[in-house]
Amino acid sequence: MDEEPLVIGAFKAQSRLIIGTGGAANLAVLERALVASGTELTTVAMRRADAEGGSGVLELLSRLGIELLPNTAGCRTAAEAVLTAQLAREALGTDLIKLEVHADDRTLLPDPIETLDAAERLAADGFTVFAYTNDDPVLALRLEEAGCAAVMPLGAPIGTGLGIRNPHNIELIVSRAGVPVILDAGIGTASDATLAMELGCDAVLLSTAVTRATDPERMAAAMRSAVVAGHLARSAGRVPQRFWAQASSPPR
Amino acid sequence: MEIKLNGTWTEFPDGATVADVLDASGWQRPGIAVAVDGVVVRRSDWPATAVPKGAGVDVLTAVQGG
Repeated sequence: MDEEPLVIGAFKAQSRLIIGTGGAANLAVLERALVASGTELTTVAMRRADAEGGSGVLELLSRLGIELLPNTAGCRTAAEAVLTAQLAREALGTDLIKLEVHADDRTLLPDPIETLDAAERLAADGFTVFAYTNDDPVLALRLEEAGCAAVMPLGAPIGTGLGIRNPHNIELIVSRAGVPVILDAGIGTASDATLAMELGCDAVLLSTAVTRATDPERMAAAMRSAVVAGHLARSAGRVPQRFWAQASSPPR
Repeated sequence: MEIKLNGTWTEFPDGATVADVLDASGWQRPGIAVAVDGVVVRRSDWPATAVPKGAGVDVLTAVQGG
């Protein structure tokens, strides 16, 4: 079936699964998982260089033809996030940025005040901003008004695998969004990714669920199918839920 | 002169440029970016940009994450 591509700013892809590279045991495992996932966009983090040389992740993604989505993970303030984004653009030659400003290490929840501030500054500076945000429908609209190209509400805190804790909020965000909505964080298994798409999200971003699975390659394949299934189901129009049975065979 | 390179005070000759600092530290490679005192210095400007005494120089690269 011909499907509409995912379009975010100048970025366009057939795959609606964005993978994070964190947590993989090594680059060989990561490579097999990325290939199995069919992803066309993958996050990398920006860190201080050391004398050891690069981690090899850039070479891998370049070889696989996967576009880079640098993030601002580890930043605590808007100022830090803006500088990190500017450094990522300079280092990697991309305007795409996954904006994430974490409030604390224990929850890794996004700081809404700093995130909104940084989003305004980055959008004004020409970035294509993918904003990691809480599952707050009001904040999602504010981020869109600030110029974000995509809003990325969490299903649950990063790395918890708790799935989508508040599906209604995700639906509310989707129902009013004028930009793509990407479910980011909290995905634990394939059914979570399918649910995100059934709720109307345009894409899913996940990392831990694949990279820390017992068999990352197999889970990546599962996620690929799960996202396609959810997207098809959403666009197919599901039957309404009923309290009483309704015979599917003709009456005698 | 001393500069704070990725958080560590390090001795460099007076007048060292961004390019000199990268060469001396062995960090000169594709996929890096540099900020001096919180302002990005573009790659094309590295050879001509002198690092002020006492400046904070941050060199970042992409790693697995997110």
